[in-house]
Amino acid sequence: MPPPIRRIEIDRDPYIAPPRAATNGAAPANAAVDARRRPARAPSARVLERMRIESLWLAYGENWVVRDVSLPVRQGEVLAMIGASGSGKTTLLRSLNRLTEVTAGAARSGEITLDGQDIHGLEVNELRRRVTMVFQQPNPFPMSIFDNVAYALVERTGHGRRRRRSPEIEHAVVDALRRAGLYDEVAADLDRPALRLSGGQQQRLCIARALAADPEVLLLDEPCSALDPISTATIEELIVELRESVAIVIVTHNLQQAFRVADHVAFMHLGELVEYGSSEQVFDNPTKERTRDYISGAFG
Amino acid sequence: MSIVELAPPAPPGPTIARPPRERTTSWPLADRIGYWLCWMVGIGLCLIATAVVLFMFVKGISYLHLDMLVQSPAASGIQSQSGGFWDPIEGTLIVAVLGTAIAAPLGVALGAWLSEYGRPSWLARMVESAIEIIAGAPSVVLALFGLIIFAQSFLGFLSQNASNGAVYGRSFFAASAVMAVLALPLVVASTREALEQLPDRLREASYALGRTRATTIRRVLLPAIRPSIATGSVLGMGRIIGDTAIIRLLLGVSLTTQGVGHVPLIGVLRGTGATLTSYVYENSRAGEGDAPQKAYAAAFVLLMIVLALNALVTWLTSGRERGGERRARLAGLRLSWVPWTR
Repeated sequence: MPPPIRRIEIDRDPYIAPPRAATNGAAPANAAVDARRRPARAPSARVLERMRIESLWLAYGENWVVRDVSLPVRQGEVLAMIGASGSGKTTLLRSLNRLTEVTAGAARSGEITLDGQDIHGLEVNELRRRVTMVFQQPNPFPMSIFDNVAYALVERTGHGRRRRRSPEIEHAVVDALRRAGLYDEVAADLDRPALRLSGGQQQRLCIARALAADPEVLLLDEPCSALDPISTATIEELIVELRESVAIVIVTHNLQQAFRVADHVAFMHLGELVEYGSSEQVFDNPTKERTRDYISGAFG
Repeated sequence: MSIVELAPPAPPGPTIARPPRERTTSWPLADRIGYWLCWMVGIGLCLIATAVVLFMFVKGISYLHLDMLVQSPAASGIQSQSGGFWDPIEGTLIVAVLGTAIAAPLGVALGAWLSEYGRPSWLARMVESAIEIIAGAPSVVLALFGLIIFAQSFLGFLSQNASNGAVYGRSFFAASAVMAVLALPLVVASTREALEQLPDRLREASYALGRTRATTIRRVLLPAIRPSIATGSVLGMGRIIGDTAIIRLLLGVSLTTQGVGHVPLIGVLRGTGATLTSYVYENSRAGEGDAPQKAYAAAFVLLMIVLALNALVTWLTSGRERGGERRARLAGLRLSWVPWTR
């Protein structure tokens, strides 16, 4: 019997996406999202606007990476920013605690307010204690678990030498570790080097560190992209829990994650805010074609 | 639509034996010669190193008596009566410790400034070239310059003053200060390199918690590079211990430690003395002492100290590279009393 002949079509560029199915109102747009996996939860009792972004433009050198974005950030709900790589969502996030200013050549126009105050009028380090950030890669400092969390505290509790653990500091550290859901796992030895923890634990330690300063807003830049699914689930639960006490903004590439944790979703494309709305609305009933394409997995 | 037909995969069956490949020489002659030259140079170096160590070992062991390590040198033409070399050992320790103690904090500060601030950039470039010049300058040039500086009358409190008010300019203080200049580039380089290798996310994490750049350097970055700081300091110390020119010009030519005044420690530091290098020089056939047996014994001790320091450096760096956390932490412990790393 002759072997089968393999045929390869050569006149079609495999890197061009296949023609997508016509997406009219009747077809479900959220093919990438499994609605059944979203845990049922009651909306927060108290929603409070903490930050407001008003026609914000951001540039690195000559490139405008964020174009005319206006958004509210509210306590009591999680705001997820989604969009393809290079859509400006991480830059937008970093501008919320002025971390963009660390990069040379960053420029900005527009206004960001925190509790009604322009953040550029605030002292930058005070702002960064009120709007803290957790990064994509877990980045604990090479010191003990205790010192990692206490590091965020010292200036708040005065200039005394941190060497001696005051009861207030100890209390604040334990409290932050509890809020980050890490305390029970590390309580036995807080003097252990933080780098000995697992990746998921390290990321929760970073969340604890960010919470220790008792911020109004917590920024999360793809906090789970370097973690395994179990750690991811733990952190997602934590995020939903934390939204009651702190406004949360999360940047994620993972649409399912956005769907699972977010109350509001902002979809960005090439620096522009394409769509902003409640999670249900954006995922189930997007008004813009770009959003529909993105969440059905057509590009990005 | 055009279609390409691929050849069908070969049917399974017994593999056909392939004729053995011809042996080809892919090495041109020049490459081979170069390769063997490298080998020979390498082996030659090993032979020289082994010969030096063995020679010093044999000579050293045969002339070294333990009491030499605790006796002071004595003025005598007969080798068996010229005492030991406790004073030079003491001198070596003083210069090494004092010089490193001056160089390490300054070097760490400079390295941190170059890596973390470096602005204005013209100043950073100037500092860099200054460090390169110092690193490349022969130590005798530094010594000559130091002698002029420390002979100034306003620095008279650092050395001995003659009865007519002239400043002698030679003392442990003076020698250690110039030695610190010698060791400085090594500390700067290792600090700076280590800081530049630290990932930016460590800095960002600290800024994002509302800590200033200075706090970040002091509390996060410098503690993270303690092994490198330790390595740089030990390398600098090795350089200090091995230098002769600065000792000859700035510490004087006596073989014993000669204090000045009656204040216990300060008196010694203001005074002159000897180190193992100057002792070896003086007692060699080239020097005035001409007691080669003592020179061999002292050179052996000197070599052992330097080899021990080299081993320490290897140990510190290997701990860092292989992620041997315990060793890195040990290095940290060793420096943990140093205030600027805390």
